[in-house]
Amino acid sequence: MNNTETARQPYDPAMLFKALFLTLVAIFVLVPLLATLLGGFKSLGELRVNPFGLPRHWEWQNYADILFSGRYWQLLRNSLIISTLTVTLTLIVASMAAFTFAHVKFYGSSMLLSYLTLGLLFPAATAVLPLFIRVRDLGLLDTYFGVALPQVAFSLAMSVLLLRRFFKDIPHELLEAALVDGCSYIKFFRYVTLPLSRPILATVGTITFVNSWNAYLLPLVMLNTDALYPWPLGIMVYQGEYSSEWHLILAFITLTILPTIILFLLAQKHIVAGLTAGAVKG
Amino acid sequence: MARRIAIASPVSIAGEAPPQVAVRGPGWDGRFTVLILFLPPALLLFTLFVVLPIGEAAWYSGFNWNGFGKPTNWIGFDNYRFVLETRAFWLALRNNGLIIAVSLAMQLPLALTLALMLAEKFRGAVALRMLFFMPYILAEIATGLIFSFVYDGDYGLVASIWRTFGAEPPHLLASTDTAMLAVLIVIVWKYFGFHMMLFIAALQSLDKSLIEAARIDGATRAQTLRHVVIPLLYPTIRLSVFFAIVGSLQLFDLVMPLTRGGPADSSNTMVSFLYNNGISRMRVGYGSAIGVILFAICVTFAFTYKRWFMRDE
Repeated sequence: MNNTETARQPYDPAMLFKALFLTLVAIFVLVPLLATLLGGFKSLGELRVNPFGLPRHWEWQNYADILFSGRYWQLLRNSLIISTLTVTLTLIVASMAAFTFAHVKFYGSSMLLSYLTLGLLFPAATAVLPLFIRVRDLGLLDTYFGVALPQVAFSLAMSVLLLRRFFKDIPHELLEAALVDGCSYIKFFRYVTLPLSRPILATVGTITFVNSWNAYLLPLVMLNTDALYPWPLGIMVYQGEYSSEWHLILAFITLTILPTIILFLLAQKHIVAGLTAGAVKG
Repeated sequence: MARRIAIASPVSIAGEAPPQVAVRGPGWDGRFTVLILFLPPALLLFTLFVVLPIGEAAWYSGFNWNGFGKPTNWIGFDNYRFVLETRAFWLALRNNGLIIAVSLAMQLPLALTLALMLAEKFRGAVALRMLFFMPYILAEIATGLIFSFVYDGDYGLVASIWRTFGAEPPHLLASTDTAMLAVLIVIVWKYFGFHMMLFIAALQSLDKSLIEAARIDGATRAQTLRHVVIPLLYPTIRLSVFFAIVGSLQLFDLVMPLTRGGPADSSNTMVSFLYNNGISRMRVGYGSAIGVILFAICVTFAFTYKRWFMRDE
C-alpha cells in the first residue's frame, strides 16, 4: 500500500506520515475482510490458534460443501428475484412519474412532487408494523411482491428526484418539435427520453439494486418461509444453526458477499456515482 | 445508513418549480393521457406503502392490539407513556446520541483527512479510494457477522491479540460495558468511506484558481487548507453531518448480528428497540407508538437542520 514512494524527496516527513497513515487505515479496513476470507479455509482448531495468518492446511471442503449445497444458490436466487423485481418496477414507475414532472405542465405538479419527496424524511422502520398489517391484508405476506412493492415505494422519492433532474436537461424544443410532428408524449418518452437517459437509469438502478440486495428489515418482517429468504436472512439462520463453527460461517459470509464485491469491481463508477449522487447534486 | 438519501426537502422543491397553471391548448389531450397513465402508479404505491402506514401508526398507537382482528381496546396515550417510562427507550436514544457524537468526533475528521490525501493524484490513490469505500457497499448484516467474528472471545481476532499478551480474552459483545463501544467501532469502519467519497467529490469540483491565488499570495499549505479549502467544504461538511445523523436514526441491520441490542438493552438503537419490543412480539400499539416517536424525531430534525444549516443550498 506504500504508493507514495514516488515523492521526490524520499525522507520528506509529511510524505512519510501520509504513507504511514494510509497504510494504517488500509490495514484497519483489510484485516477483517482478509481474515474472513482466509478463515473459511481453516479448520476450527486452526482458526482458534491462527486467526490472522495464511492457513497451514487449506480446507477447500468448507467452501465446496456450501457451493454444492442447494441452500446457497437458493438464497442467491431469492435475493436476485426480489432485487430484480424491485429495480425493474422502480425504474418503470419512477421514470414515468419523473417524465411527467419534468415535461408535462399541469396544475398541482409541484405539490404532488413535494408529496413524493416526503418519503425522504423518515426510514421505513417507523411504519413497519402498519406496513406489515397492510401487506398481510393484501394477501402478499410471504411472497416476493410483499417485499418488493414496499421497497419500490420507499425508493420512489429518491429515484423520481434524480431522474427528473436528468430528464429536465433534455431540451424542451426537442419535445415540442416531436409533438408538432405528430409524435405522442408516450412515444417521445419511449424512443427519445429513455434511450438518452441510460446513464441516470443505470445509476438509479444500481442504488436500488444494492439497497434491495442488502436489505434485512423488510424481508425479515414480510417473509416466514425459509425457502423464500434472501441471503441476509438466510445467513442469519445459518449462523444460528452453526453458532460457533466459525470456519463454516466465515466461508458462508465470504461466498455471500462475493457477488457484491464482483459487482462493485465491475461497476465501480455507477456505484460510487449512484451512492453519492443525491448528495453531490443535492 | 443512508439507505434512502435525503437530498431536498419538499419545501425547496416547491420553490424550485413554481406552480404552473394548465393552459388548454394544442397537446392537452396528449398531456391528459400521460397524466392518467404515468402518474398514478407512483402515487398509488407511495400512498399505499409509505404515507398510509404512517397515518395508521398514529391511529394504532392508541390501542392495545396484537394485530389480529380489529383494534378495539382504545387506551389513549398510554402506549406513549409506557414507551417513555421504559429505561431501554432512553438507553436507545442515548446510543443514537453516541453514534452521532462518534460520527462527528472521529468519522468526519478521518474521512476529511483521507479525502484531502486521496484527492491528489498519485499512483494507487484510486485503488485506495475504492478500498476505503468498499465497506460501505457490503451488506450491514455481513459486516455485523464479520465483526462478531472479529470480537469473538474464543476464536476472534481481538481474542488472539489478547492471548499473545498472555491475557484472558474479553467477550466484548457480551458485556454491557463494551458492547456499544464495539458497535461504534464497526460503524466507523463501515461508513467512513462513504463520507470520504463525498469530500473527494467536493474537492474535485472546487475552483482550483482560489487555491492557486492563495498560494501565490504567500499562504502556506496549512494556511490554504485552514482558510480556503475547509471553508469551501462547509456545505459538504454540513451534508455529511446530516447523513451521519439520519443514518444513526435508521441503524438496525448492523446491530442485529452483533448484539441484537443487548446485553440488557445496552446497545439498542431506536430501530432495534422498536424491533425487539414492538415487531418481534407483535405489540402493534406499543410498536406504533415507538414508530411515531421516531418519525417525529426524524421529521423535526430534517426540517430544523435544513432551516438552520442548509438554508442557502
